[in-house]
Amino acid sequence: MASFTAQIRVTLKRGVLDPQGKAIEGALGSLGFEGVHQVRQGKTFDISLDASSKAKAEEELNAMCEKLLANTVIEDYAVTIE
Amino acid sequence: MQRTTIVQFPGSNRDRDMIAAITKISGNAPSLAWHTDTSLPDSDLVIIPGGFSHGDYLRSGAIAARAPVMKAVAEAAAKGVRVLGVCNGFQTLTEAGLLPGALMRNNRLTFVCKEVKLSVANNKNPFTEGYGLDEVIRCPVAHHDGNYFADTETLTQIENNGQVAFRYAEGTNPNGSINDIAGIFNEAGNVLGMMPHPENLIEPAHGGIDGRRLFQGALNLLETETA
Repeated sequence: MASFTAQIRVTLKRGVLDPQGKAIEGALGSLGFEGVHQVRQGKTFDISLDASSKAKAEEELNAMCEKLLANTVIEDYAVTIE
Repeated sequence: MQRTTIVQFPGSNRDRDMIAAITKISGNAPSLAWHTDTSLPDSDLVIIPGGFSHGDYLRSGAIAARAPVMKAVAEAAAKGVRVLGVCNGFQTLTEAGLLPGALMRNNRLTFVCKEVKLSVANNKNPFTEGYGLDEVIRCPVAHHDGNYFADTETLTQIENNGQVAFRYAEGTNPNGSINDIAGIFNEAGNVLGMMPHPENLIEPAHGGIDGRRLFQGALNLLETETA
């Protein structure tokens, strides 16, 4: 067993309206950040786990996303292992 | 006698209203199931009530949808038992994959708590047969994540299959929901999820009884009451 640290990034799929991102975009504009074209917000999860190999860790993390961390109807996810 | 079971999660808060509604309409108190239960009492109708299960952490209904009791709910639904999810219950049913699509943050980002108008989009189903097609009824809503979304393919499917049960009517869409969808059936028609709260409009003391017929239909009580 080895220990791994991973980061999972969950974002709304392209084409899915992101009202929170829109509100943040508006707030940035009102703070004077005029060059902002678009804001899309999402979530990150920092996960420490034990697994027999990096490949096994990646497999587990993908399963976590599919089963719980992301709602794949509306969200995409990306797994990065350090 | 029709048997109803109401499923409770930590953070359910409309379960009491649902118990009162079922008891008053059917004359029988419902059974209760806790989120850790692995089986349900024999039921003709299973209800997932509103609230903020597990604090709405991660996504509304996401953690409740993975609770042990939901496996039993899915098995009951597969056998044709009627299942109703209201508000957080609707979110839970979509998260559990028992209904298509997802419920996202309201388009104006605010929690909405008010009365809306609903039009009945399909009344050829026990849940809605007490209403006329396109009949407009009143119903309260109270939610933060009621903005129904489904991809184009799924949306076309549910529209063509008559799976839309209710739409927000007369410009009262409170959350940006696609096609004004307020409630949908599964493909088989025995699972209904809806954001509005029919259990809060079932007796004159509520200011109206427009929600009553939904439960009468679901419990096969329409003829007995109108006869």
